[in-house]
Amino acid sequence: MPPDSNVAKKSDSPVRVEARHRVRLMLTCLCDIYFGEVGISTVKILEHLNCEVLFDKEQTCCGQPPYNAGDWSAARQVAGLTMRALLESEDPVVMPSASCAAMIREGYPVLYEGMMHPEVFELGEFLVHQLKIRSWPVTTANPPAKRRVAFHRACHGRGIGLTNEQEMLVGSLPWIQLVRIAQGEQCCGFGGAFCATHGAISAGIGMEKLHNIMKAGAEEIVSGDMGCLLHLDGLIKKNKLPLRTRHFAELLAEAIAP
Amino acid sequence: MKAKPVNHPAVEAFARQLAETTRDSVRATSVKVIESRKARLVDAFPDLEATRTQASQIKDFVLANISNLLSQLEMKCRLNGVQVHWAKDAESARKIILDICKEAAPDGGTIVKAKSMATEEIHLNKHLIDVGYNVVETDLGEFVVQIDNDTPSHIVAPIIHKNRREVAKSFEREGLGPYTESPEQLAAQARKHLRERFVEAKIGISGVNFAIAESGRLVLVENEGNSRLSTTAPDTHIAIMGLEKLLPSEADLPLFLKLLAGSATGQRMTVYTHLISGPRRKDEDDGPTAVHLVILDNGRSKVLNGPYKDILKCIRCGACSYVCPVYRQVSGHAYSHVYSGPLGAVLAPALEGIEALPELAKASTLCGACEEVCPVKIPIPRMLLQLRDEAMRKGVAENPIPWTLFTFGATSGLRWRTGLKMLPMARIAKHPLKDGWTEFRELPKKEGRDFRKWWNGRS
Repeated sequence: MPPDSNVAKKSDSPVRVEARHRVRLMLTCLCDIYFGEVGISTVKILEHLNCEVLFDKEQTCCGQPPYNAGDWSAARQVAGLTMRALLESEDPVVMPSASCAAMIREGYPVLYEGMMHPEVFELGEFLVHQLKIRSWPVTTANPPAKRRVAFHRACHGRGIGLTNEQEMLVGSLPWIQLVRIAQGEQCCGFGGAFCATHGAISAGIGMEKLHNIMKAGAEEIVSGDMGCLLHLDGLIKKNKLPLRTRHFAELLAEAIAP
Repeated sequence: MKAKPVNHPAVEAFARQLAETTRDSVRATSVKVIESRKARLVDAFPDLEATRTQASQIKDFVLANISNLLSQLEMKCRLNGVQVHWAKDAESARKIILDICKEAAPDGGTIVKAKSMATEEIHLNKHLIDVGYNVVETDLGEFVVQIDNDTPSHIVAPIIHKNRREVAKSFEREGLGPYTESPEQLAAQARKHLRERFVEAKIGISGVNFAIAESGRLVLVENEGNSRLSTTAPDTHIAIMGLEKLLPSEADLPLFLKLLAGSATGQRMTVYTHLISGPRRKDEDDGPTAVHLVILDNGRSKVLNGPYKDILKCIRCGACSYVCPVYRQVSGHAYSHVYSGPLGAVLAPALEGIEALPELAKASTLCGACEEVCPVKIPIPRMLLQLRDEAMRKGVAENPIPWTLFTFGATSGLRWRTGLKMLPMARIAKHPLKDGWTEFRELPKKEGRDFRKWWNGRS
């Protein structure tokens, strides 16, 4: 289906979430290290929807880097901290990354045999399925200029059953035109440490994705995972391509009145 | 510090020297097949998800009851007049086949072969040629592989790495006819050459797509007609199958035929479907007088009892390769094993042992596309992770990335926060992953506000 047809009908009035939710933010290591704005946008989005956001300062990383590299004993140690810091409370845990959510939900039960799949949420998934948001409640008085955006679905989203949640919200912004990209369902080539140990293959996959995006006439790539975007942005800058990358949380936060 | 010479993993090293034209050929075919797969399977089945689940469960049943089903298959085959042989490894399989050949054609001569990955696995051709047989591959793709002294680079599309011009040049070199790039004319040239081989051959060798335990029927699918000729024109037909290629009953067949054709080539049905029930009967005019079935173990029983058991559910459709972003960049030859792509990245180390192929499972982004298209829902990404863990635990991983510093930092909130403050220094520090990143990408920079500072500032 083309992205445009996925967009849910916009409601006449902005959605109000009446019940007050308390949620715990998992910032994710990439947002902690490089992309603070994505974390800030996530908090703004959730508060805009009447959620109370808690942030545990002891949190670090979900443990996926060593897990994917095959160092499962290291991964268990890191996962142990995440479980203590975030998973012991009753509040839902929300994170701006499908990859980290997939690690916790699908990876932890592999690391710890017999463990129930922990209930954590990727941000778009939480907004659409828990808060029942179909169309983003725009409140800004100064909407940005119209622009063409390519949405990249991060592969790890499908591991936790995500489909078009993030795109639907981004596509509901009046100034965003989502374009259809060839081979859109293909991976960006990041793959964690793979992108460095198999650099030529990873860059080859990434460049193919970027060329398909440029061919579609987009100027911006939006995704829900900073891993994909970190890699694509590195390729864009090295090759001086006329593209920029944004996390979808930043686009939604842009629509909130200051 | 002197820089160490770059030691790339085998698949990466292969990708770096691969011709762009090869990559283009692999990518073009892969994209095309995945698009037809979508048209034939995804859009045509009322509920593909349920269909795949059903097929997956049938294969689970096969693996759980494999001893009984194999006994049943053997008994039914014998009743049908098919001679059954058990081969515990490649060497014994070759010996069994060679003995049959010596009896059927003691003076040598031509052996025609239909496409079979099991024969590739046991390197059969070389051994038969060494003792004087004229072994001829009759599948068009395998025929090109043979005349070029190459190996298949996809389990279904053996010459996915070649373009039409390369095939045309090979045909001209072999004197098969005047140079032409027309696929129809190339096929006609091969057909003319192969027809004579079918006539003179005393023995035909094929693989098996499905062996039905209930009836002892051997099922072969193909599109060119060469399998039909290979299995019916010569007096002796030898079929070889991996012991997992079973279906419990006849009723299971339609589902698997549809899934295989749709996944492998994006077809509703293959052009030919052969149901082989035994040798020529007394009242029949043609067909082989002897049919042999060689059931190959070659490491499969060991896999069956280990953590990678699910890979034996594979029906060899090759969709996981077509859809794999890594495979599309590197072709099948990069995997240095008969079985390539995501299937091979699990099956090859599972069969050969992690010590023999410790790095193969790392040649993956873990994107999950393979599992998503797999007609029997094999959890390939999970097994790739298990293989990485096994390599690490057994200490056979080559150039493992040290996670000690990261783990030290990520297992304490305090150390993590201290580490975050020291990160600007990391930009100038050495790290085993850094060169692989910067060769193709700019290093990331911290952009915008810091989350923790912002959070602390508002409360």
